[in-house]
Amino acid sequence: MAQVGIVLVSHSEKVASGIKDILEQAVGEVNVKAAGGMEGEIGTSLEKIQEALQNISTSEGALIFYDLGSAKMNAEAAIEMLELDNVHVVEAPILEGAYLAAVEASIGKSVQEILESIKKEFPEKG
Amino acid sequence: MKFDVNHALTWITKANEKIQDNKDYLTSLDQAIGDGDHGINMSRGFKETVAKLSENDYVTVSDVWKDAAMTLMSKVGGASGPLFGTAFLKMSMASKGEEAIDYPIFIKAVEEAVEGVKQRGKATEGEKTMIDVWSPVVKKLQEASDFNAELIRDTAKTAMEATSDLVATKGRAAYLKERSKGHLDPGSVSSYYIFDALADSLEEGA
Repeated sequence: MAQVGIVLVSHSEKVASGIKDILEQAVGEVNVKAAGGMEGEIGTSLEKIQEALQNISTSEGALIFYDLGSAKMNAEAAIEMLELDNVHVVEAPILEGAYLAAVEASIGKSVQEILESIKKEFPEKG
Repeated sequence: MKFDVNHALTWITKANEKIQDNKDYLTSLDQAIGDGDHGINMSRGFKETVAKLSENDYVTVSDVWKDAAMTLMSKVGGASGPLFGTAFLKMSMASKGEEAIDYPIFIKAVEEAVEGVKQRGKATEGEKTMIDVWSPVVKKLQEASDFNAELIRDTAKTAMEATSDLVATKGRAAYLKERSKGHLDPGSVSSYYIFDALADSLEEGA
């Protein structure tokens, strides 16, 4: 069964792919894509985020975790432009939040259930 | 007159020239109250946008603006990417399907650009951001009955200069609070170049 997708948007390619490595190591089967950096430099790219969203299964919805301001704006723009339902930008620390989401997604939790857990765990952001 | 594909292309080309010419100046403004990457980011984004636009033959203004938006959001890298990108994206959506756009549609396009930027950046007037240039320009556009290059340029320039007196409450500059006073907002200066370029494209004609 498809699980909730996770997209990691960081200004650094290494940060995004490093977090993906952690999730895969700790959680195993995860529906996750990294969208970090911009052409090898520090930054975020709408194109990269859109590609990530198109390359994971979003049948069960997806959650986008981000690091700094422009990452959030580009993530929001990507969702709007692809006209995706049930894809949300999440207010949580990028690593800890994505980790929690990956664990819950792996046991079949829904987007709404994961969002509620995140709200409980990280009430200060969001 | 109508604003056609040639106007739209000239607009972006001229904006790119001004941004490239002032890349170091924009960076120095951003070093004073931001993170110092504005000049580099805008220069890269607009250069890529011009390259992208030169690859295609465009029929509608809307498609020019759409490709500009996509390129800016993908190549700028910093917060300016999604913000300026959103402005062009909203203009594209507001003028969809029109080969050349008349003045009322042009006003609507820029109105929606401002609304889009406000929403994307969760900002409003008076917070020392690009909105402090875009919003006064929209107001003047609404008051006029036809395209007026001089009015657009003068309004943008005055509004850009006025950002010096504002205290930043959004973006990186907000950390400086009162100390952000006395400095121009880099995004507003870039916005001035963009409207100055728009005025150039109107003066040159199609």
